[in-house]
Amino acid sequence: MRGGCEAIDSDWACRSNRPMDDTGGIAEVTSGGGVMRFPAAKPLRLDSGATLSPLEVAYKTYGQLNAEKSNAVLVCHALTLDQHVASAHPTTGKPGWWSRAVGPGLPIDTDRYFVICANVVGGCMGTTGPASTNPETGEPYGLSFPVITIGDMVRAQAMLVETLGIETLFAVVGGSMGGMQVLQWAADFPEKIFCAVCIAAAARHSAQNIAFHEVGRQAVMADPDWRGGAYEKAGVRPEKGLAVARMAAHITYLSEAALQRKFGRELQRDGLSWGFDADFQVESYLRHQGASFVDRFDANSYLYITRAMDYFDLGAKHGGVLAEAFRKARAVRFCVLSFSSDWLYPTAESRDVVRALNAAGCRASFAEIESDKGHDAFLLDEPQLDATLRGFMAAQAQARGLA
Amino acid sequence: MSAVREDFLEILKLVRPGARVLDVGCGEGELLELLTREKRVDGQGLEISQAGVATCLARGLAVVQGDGDRDLDHFPTRSFDYAILSKTLQQMRDPRHVLSELLRIADQAIVSVPNFGHWRMRMALMFRGRMPETRALPDPWWSTPNIHLCTLRDFTDLCRDLDLRIDACTALSGDRLARPMDPDGILENWRAETAIFLLSRRADEQPEAVPKDLFGEVALPKVEQTDAPKPKRRKRAKAETSGELF
Repeated sequence: MRGGCEAIDSDWACRSNRPMDDTGGIAEVTSGGGVMRFPAAKPLRLDSGATLSPLEVAYKTYGQLNAEKSNAVLVCHALTLDQHVASAHPTTGKPGWWSRAVGPGLPIDTDRYFVICANVVGGCMGTTGPASTNPETGEPYGLSFPVITIGDMVRAQAMLVETLGIETLFAVVGGSMGGMQVLQWAADFPEKIFCAVCIAAAARHSAQNIAFHEVGRQAVMADPDWRGGAYEKAGVRPEKGLAVARMAAHITYLSEAALQRKFGRELQRDGLSWGFDADFQVESYLRHQGASFVDRFDANSYLYITRAMDYFDLGAKHGGVLAEAFRKARAVRFCVLSFSSDWLYPTAESRDVVRALNAAGCRASFAEIESDKGHDAFLLDEPQLDATLRGFMAAQAQARGLA
Repeated sequence: MSAVREDFLEILKLVRPGARVLDVGCGEGELLELLTREKRVDGQGLEISQAGVATCLARGLAVVQGDGDRDLDHFPTRSFDYAILSKTLQQMRDPRHVLSELLRIADQAIVSVPNFGHWRMRMALMFRGRMPETRALPDPWWSTPNIHLCTLRDFTDLCRDLDLRIDACTALSGDRLARPMDPDGILENWRAETAIFLLSRRADEQPEAVPKDLFGEVALPKVEQTDAPKPKRRKRAKAETSGELF
C-alpha cells in the first residue's frame, strides 16, 4: 500500500472459505479486496472539472500477485454489475457474474493471474457514488453528485492499481461498458497495460444506445418516489421506475431469436386472463428481472452510470479521429470481440475500433463470435468465446513471460 | 519443421527480417508463425473463418476476422512492408481490386497464383474436354472456390495493366524444388504449375532492402542474419510481347 491510502474492511489476501452456492463444482477461488479510501489530498479529478473527495473504491481480488507484480489482470464491469466477478454477490448470494470465465483453470485463470475488479465510480456497491455521503452536507449526494464519465471511472481504477503497487497491468479485460473502459485505458494509460480485451463494446454510444438509456432514466424520474433524487432522505425508493428501466434495458441485452427460443408465445398458465396480468412467459420473465434488479441496484447510480456511457465518445476527444486515441498504444496487444446477434453494440462498432487500431499501427485481433444470444452472450455459455479468450490470454501470458 | 509448405519456404526467402507483414487469408496462421519465428516480422493476419482466427489468437498472432474482398479497403495506405496473398487471388470476387489494394496497403506484395495455362490443364481440356482437376486445382467445377482462374500470361498482363513491377518470380511444380523463372518466358506458361510473384508499384522508389538472391540459402530452422546483404534487384523480363507457343 502506498500514498497514505488505507484499505478499510480489507480481507486483503486472506482466503475466502465461503463455499459458492448454486455453482456446483466450481472450485474455490482465493479472494481478497476491500474498500480503498483515498485521502482528501488525493481527490479524483473529473472530466467535468469537478473533483471527488474523499474517494473510496470497493474492489475484489482473486489469485495471488507474483513477486514481479507482472500478472495483474483488471476486469472492468458492465453497467449494472459490480466487483464480485468470481465470488458470490453479498446481496443476492448468486455466483460471481463472470465465474464462467474467471477462476482456476478458466480463461482468466486465477491460478496464474492476480485478478482485480473494482466497482466503478458512481456505482452503488461500495465505491463513491450518488448514495454515498456528501462530506459537505453530511447527507447522501443524490443529484449533487457530479456527473462522471468512463474516463473518470478509469482514472479511479488507475489510482487503485497504483496504490496496490502495480506498475503495469498484464491485461485489462471487459465487456459492454467494461469494454469501453478497456478502450479508455488504452487511450489514457497505454504504458500501464500489456494487453487489452474489449468484448461487445463500442468506442462511442450510438443514438439508439442513448435513446434506450433515456427511456430508462425517464422511467426512474417519473416514479413519484424518486423525489428529485433525494429518495433516501425521504425513506423511500423509486423501485417501480427502476424496475421498468431494467425491463426495457433487458430487452436490448437479448435478441429476437433468443427471446423466441426461450419464450415464444408460451403462456404462464392455461388460457388468457383477458386483462393485464402477465399472461405471457416473457412478461413474467421481464417483471422478475425488474423486481430482482431493484434489490441490488440504486436508482441514482443507474442515472449517473447510463449518463457516463452516453457521454462516451473516445474519438471526439481526439479531434474526431478514433485512431488518434490509440496513437500511443502501439505496444499494447488488443483483442476485440463481438457477437453476431448483438444489436446494442453491433459488430460494425467493433470493426470501427479495429480499423482505428490498425490505422494507429496497433497490434489488433478481432473476431465476431456466432451467437443468437444477443449482447448478453459475453456473460453466457459461449464455447467460442471461451476458446478465443483462453487462447489470447495464454499466448499473451507467454509473451509476457508469465509461468 | 518437416512439413513446411514449399510455397511458404519461398515466401520466407522473400521477406526481409523485422518487416511489417499482412497475410491476407492467413488460415490458422502457419505462415505468419513461420515468418514471426524465422524473420521476427511484425505480422498481422486477415482471416474469414472464426475458427481460424481463434487458432491464430492461441498462437499469439494478431489476426482480424474479415473478408479480403471487402475489408482491405479499411487498412491504411502503406502501413505494411509486405502484403501476402497465398493461393487465394483466384478465389476473390474482384481480383483486380484486391491486387491494387494489396499494393496500396503495402510497399510490396507477395502473391501466389495457380497457373491455368499449365500443360495438365490444357491437356485435360483438349483431350478430355472437361474442366481440369489437377493436384494444384483438385476440386470439380461445381464446388471449386476458385472463381477467377488465370494463366501466367493473364496475370502478368494484369500486373502491367495496374502498372506493377514484377521484382521476382518463382515457379513451383508439384513436389519439385522451387526454381526462379522469367514469367514472360515462352515455356513457363506451360510448365509452371504455381507461380509466386514479388510485386511493387512501378512508380515508386525502389524499396531499400530486397533479398539479394531469392534462391540463396535460407535453410530451416536457422537464425536469420541481421545485416542483410545489399540488395540486387532482378531485372524484369524484357519480352513484353513474347508470343504464345500456339
